[in-house]
Amino acid sequence: MQERLKHSIIDAAGMKRTLTRMAVQILEENEGTENLVLIGIHTRGVPIANRLSKIISTLEKGKTVKQGILDISLYRDDYKTAAKMAEVRATEIDFDINNCNVVLVDDVLYTGRTARSAIHGIFDFGRPATIQLAVFIDRGHREMPIQGDFVGRSIKTSPGEEVRVRVKEIDGVDEVVLVEEYDDDERGEK
Amino acid sequence: MSHSADNHINPPEGWQGYNCHNLAIRGARLFDPELKLDMVSDIVILEGKISSIGPIPKDFGGDIIEGKELTVCPGLFDMHVHLREPGYEYKETVQSGCLAAVAGGFTGVAPMPNTNPPTDTPATVNFIRQQSAGTPVDVHPIGAITAGRKGDQLSEMAELNKAGVTGYSDDGSPVPTAELMRLALEYTMMSNSVIIEHAEDTSLSGKGVMDEGAVSTALGLPGWPSIAEDIDVYRCIRLAEYTGGRIHIAHLSTKESVQLVREAKARGVNVTAETTPHHLTLDCTILEGYNSNYKVNPPLRTKADIDALIEGLKDETIDAIATDHAPHAHDEKEVEFILAPFGMIGLETALGVVLTKLVKTKKITLSRAVQALSNAPRKILNLPVAKIEVGAIANLTIFNSDEKWTVDGTKMLSKSQNTPFGGWELTGRATGVVNKGIAFVRRD
Amino acid sequence: MSELVLNHLLGLQGIEPSKIYTILDTADEFLKVLDRPIPKVPPLRGITVANIFFEPSTRTKISFELAEKRLSADVVSFSKSGSSVSKGETLLDTVRNIEAMKIDVVVIRHHAQGAPLFLTERIKSAVINAGDGSHEHPTQALLDMMTIRGHTGGFEGLKVVVLGDIAHSRVARSNIHGLKAVGADVMVCGPSTLIPRDIEALGVKISTDVDEALDWCDVINVMRLQLERQNQGYIPSLREYQRTFGITKARLDRIGRKIVVLHPGPMNRGVEIDSNVADAPGSVILQQVTHGVAIRMAVLFLISGKERTDA
Repeated sequence: MQERLKHSIIDAAGMKRTLTRMAVQILEENEGTENLVLIGIHTRGVPIANRLSKIISTLEKGKTVKQGILDISLYRDDYKTAAKMAEVRATEIDFDINNCNVVLVDDVLYTGRTARSAIHGIFDFGRPATIQLAVFIDRGHREMPIQGDFVGRSIKTSPGEEVRVRVKEIDGVDEVVLVEEYDDDERGEK
Repeated sequence: MSHSADNHINPPEGWQGYNCHNLAIRGARLFDPELKLDMVSDIVILEGKISSIGPIPKDFGGDIIEGKELTVCPGLFDMHVHLREPGYEYKETVQSGCLAAVAGGFTGVAPMPNTNPPTDTPATVNFIRQQSAGTPVDVHPIGAITAGRKGDQLSEMAELNKAGVTGYSDDGSPVPTAELMRLALEYTMMSNSVIIEHAEDTSLSGKGVMDEGAVSTALGLPGWPSIAEDIDVYRCIRLAEYTGGRIHIAHLSTKESVQLVREAKARGVNVTAETTPHHLTLDCTILEGYNSNYKVNPPLRTKADIDALIEGLKDETIDAIATDHAPHAHDEKEVEFILAPFGMIGLETALGVVLTKLVKTKKITLSRAVQALSNAPRKILNLPVAKIEVGAIANLTIFNSDEKWTVDGTKMLSKSQNTPFGGWELTGRATGVVNKGIAFVRRD
Repeated sequence: MSELVLNHLLGLQGIEPSKIYTILDTADEFLKVLDRPIPKVPPLRGITVANIFFEPSTRTKISFELAEKRLSADVVSFSKSGSSVSKGETLLDTVRNIEAMKIDVVVIRHHAQGAPLFLTERIKSAVINAGDGSHEHPTQALLDMMTIRGHTGGFEGLKVVVLGDIAHSRVARSNIHGLKAVGADVMVCGPSTLIPRDIEALGVKISTDVDEALDWCDVINVMRLQLERQNQGYIPSLREYQRTFGITKARLDRIGRKIVVLHPGPMNRGVEIDSNVADAPGSVILQQVTHGVAIRMAVLFLISGKERTDA
């Protein structure tokens, strides 16, 4: 599968501003950091959760937010048929999540299947008071009754397109771009 | 088959049958190593005998087989087969075994006595012989050494000899004690017959299912060490030397046993030996997939053993090539490796394997191959040899040494399919046989 | 990692080191799952696993069943006890039944070497070897390796002794293949009668002196001695075996440094290993059992991730 750039959506400075706004909204909605938990979903949800956590900590004068990592590969709904490598990455939730307000963090909200899997996964660790969803980009085309509670940017896309959220920690650059796929002989895995 | 005396012929599907009252082969290469005959000529057979070697008379009114690209040699003889009848007709019958022999170019076979009942009475000998009627294959049953093949006491060997038995074996099992082997060798000296030993010290081979060594160790399979053969071979040789009796070692498989036989022959011991096409071409690494078609007794050995066997065949330490054709039904082999019976079929592939893997590769000469597959075994069994000369009984094998074919276990004339050579591309194949006054020739 | 990891798991002979590491890394994650409040995950929902045990086994069967249930598979188990073959269902009958029942994964324990391979050649299901005669027992070796890695950090240049009845041990063979693949140095040690011919072809050192072996190694994996070996004449007596090859506290104290002592179980206490070694504080033998569940989860997970042509 090949892809080519269509256009840039957000640059590094824009990403910073958007993340700050999302952090504020999370704090506002949850009335501070008490019982607040950020869970980054592998792969790019993890650095985004880190950054949100840092911003929150700055805003709240050094108070820290509990942070975890969730790998949803054990909770996929297409495990039996997906022609993909079975790989389990680390899940790190080494605190009690009972009665917490869990904010799941991911880069892109698309079909909603990843969020559904993540919600399923969270319940194996306990019974949180609430589960909320923070996504940096909502690109539409939902296949589940799922919506983002905190959304960086909503954009209109068509199915042949992909949104790439790139972060310095993994990709060496902060940006969001829209790309177009062609010569597609594989299933489009995010 | 109730037709015995009337020359009723019964060729398998895809084969043409001829009566040899009046038959000619035109323009074939006539090859008889012992007569040093190697020429392209016509050959005419009248009343089952070779009547002329030279151009077919203009007024010849019989059938003519076109011999272009074909070789005619003395009829091949397999001194070690298992035809399973009586008792195990679901694996093979004398008829089906004879047809498999024809397909492989053999005009004679010596079936081993491990049937049910075993071949230890003249009645059984005669029964087996009669079952070959209608085929161009001589069947010379081997008699059991011990009554019932039980390993306790000698069978009625003299009675068997009167019925035409000239070789004795408890094949499948060795003669259990040296004392019994001594008695067998001494007793058969009266008829100058030969004792054929399945050489295996069973206290050493035990539950072994394959050659003992690195491969058996990796596979976790119980080993059947080469020394178990060597010890029995040595026992046989020394007993033959001591008694003056005649010993023949069946399916020789180890390097050390080749050397033991070589040294014994040099001392003048009455010892002969055979080996098999599979021991000459397959080594034990082929067992890595646990395919039970490769399970055989004695087991496939190492590359060093193969080299020694070929060397032994070349210098005539090993006299004969015999197939140890051992049919087993598909469902008997379609089980866990350690539970599968030992044995592989070989009649239909022997000539092709020997020509492809030994002659074309120049490891042995065509002369040596034909000798080892035809008259060498007849001599061991005191049988009249087959010759390409005027006046001789027409006992001939016709083969095409350049025909390429692929071995397919499901297309065997044998009732069983347990060939280790399935899928092999061979060059050289039997085209027909002439014997017992009839000829069967493969149709294209 | 872009390749599918496993189609079947028949043995560790010839396995690529990367596959061993993937299995071990995945097992490390599953070990954490086993510590969760709800130690069960859903990836094998809708997948049917059959545990077919032609040989009596308690711990391996329970370990597999637990692993399957922790992964939310549907599980059927049947045992055909006794090694008598003429009676009862043959392996071929079993094969046909598995085909008819549309089972996704077959876990097989069989007394005949090569029986799992026999299945793979005849059925579409994925096959996991849970021990075939004296051939291989790959999940046992993998769990041994998981335990070893947990205590030593890695395998490169690690010195491991496999002690005891090497000739008849599938655990020994799988350990040799697995450990050699990842760069460990392996020595087999035991009575000469129980060291199979030409084993050096597998790349191992050989010793018949357990004290010498202990001096050399970082890890010793003690094989179970089948007690019938005495009657079969391989060893003169269990007493002599214990005195010559048994792992005792005195022997371990003598070497004056800590080594990791493994045992695949079940143990003959007072024969190949003494209770005060097996039960000593820091003994890893029960850890091996826990690791067994995680390893089997990893193998099941990685095998079930393969897309079947008949899916």
